[in-house]
Amino acid sequence: MPAMYSLWIVGRNGGLLYSRDFLPLPPIEFNDKLRLASSWFGMCGIAAQLSPVPDSSGIQLMQADTFDLHSFHTLTGTTFMLLTEPHTPDATELLRTTVYELYCDYVLKNPFHEMDQVVKSELFDHNLLALIGAINRRWGVGLVQQ
Amino acid sequence: MGCMTFYIFNRKGRCQYYHEWQRLKPIKQGAGSQDEDFKLMFGLCWSMRALATAVDPKNPSKQQMGAPMRIGDGCSFNSIKTSNFKLHYLESPSGLKFVLTTDPTVGSMVEQLQYIYASLFVELVAKNPLYTPGDAFL
Repeated sequence: MPAMYSLWIVGRNGGLLYSRDFLPLPPIEFNDKLRLASSWFGMCGIAAQLSPVPDSSGIQLMQADTFDLHSFHTLTGTTFMLLTEPHTPDATELLRTTVYELYCDYVLKNPFHEMDQVVKSELFDHNLLALIGAINRRWGVGLVQQ
Repeated sequence: MGCMTFYIFNRKGRCQYYHEWQRLKPIKQGAGSQDEDFKLMFGLCWSMRALATAVDPKNPSKQQMGAPMRIGDGCSFNSIKTSNFKLHYLESPSGLKFVLTTDPTVGSMVEQLQYIYASLFVELVAKNPLYTPGDAFL
């Protein structure tokens, strides 16, 4: 059953800017989240370097048995990671368009927000929860975690 | 397009086997030398596996990220896709790692990798009386 579990936003130098769970998940220590975000960032660079074909981008999708991790790296260097159930339809498109739009509208256009600062925006939280909550409910999965 | 490169690593990180069909970006531009390439590839797979175990949403009892994992424990990932290539990964219960890079349009290669392990590696290499486990071959 498709579901969206969580969203992480990683800044230009690998620091974790935002992390949000949409469904009840086993808890991850905050320090571990910071380490995971910076390892992901570093590994994307190594994957591009190791690529057997020239001009590779960073990692776009990691598939495992129990989850899929979609990663969208913007032109400005911010990375969005979305953890979903395997074979969730349209997850990449969603990340690339709607979530990025929300980020641009509520975070970047906030005059008090600076680049690579931790994201603290009620409007962004609210709209993101509404969007992902609606998608999860459409698939009949759990309630949105507050 | 099809397959590009294939590696087998043992659990200590040594590359046991390497084959390349086509490698459009020479190793000099990427890692620098064949040894560096092996080390980076092993490191990538190791870190990705640690990340997959830490992020796994279905495992209720997780250890902290830095704690040493037993071989075969925890969630392993199947594949990593970038814009130009896809890396398929299989880890055997004994810690042997099979890594195959292909072009990004290929689907799941889990069965093929399991075939390579079960019917080719185990039958032909592991059961060979002259083979010492942990040695590089070919």
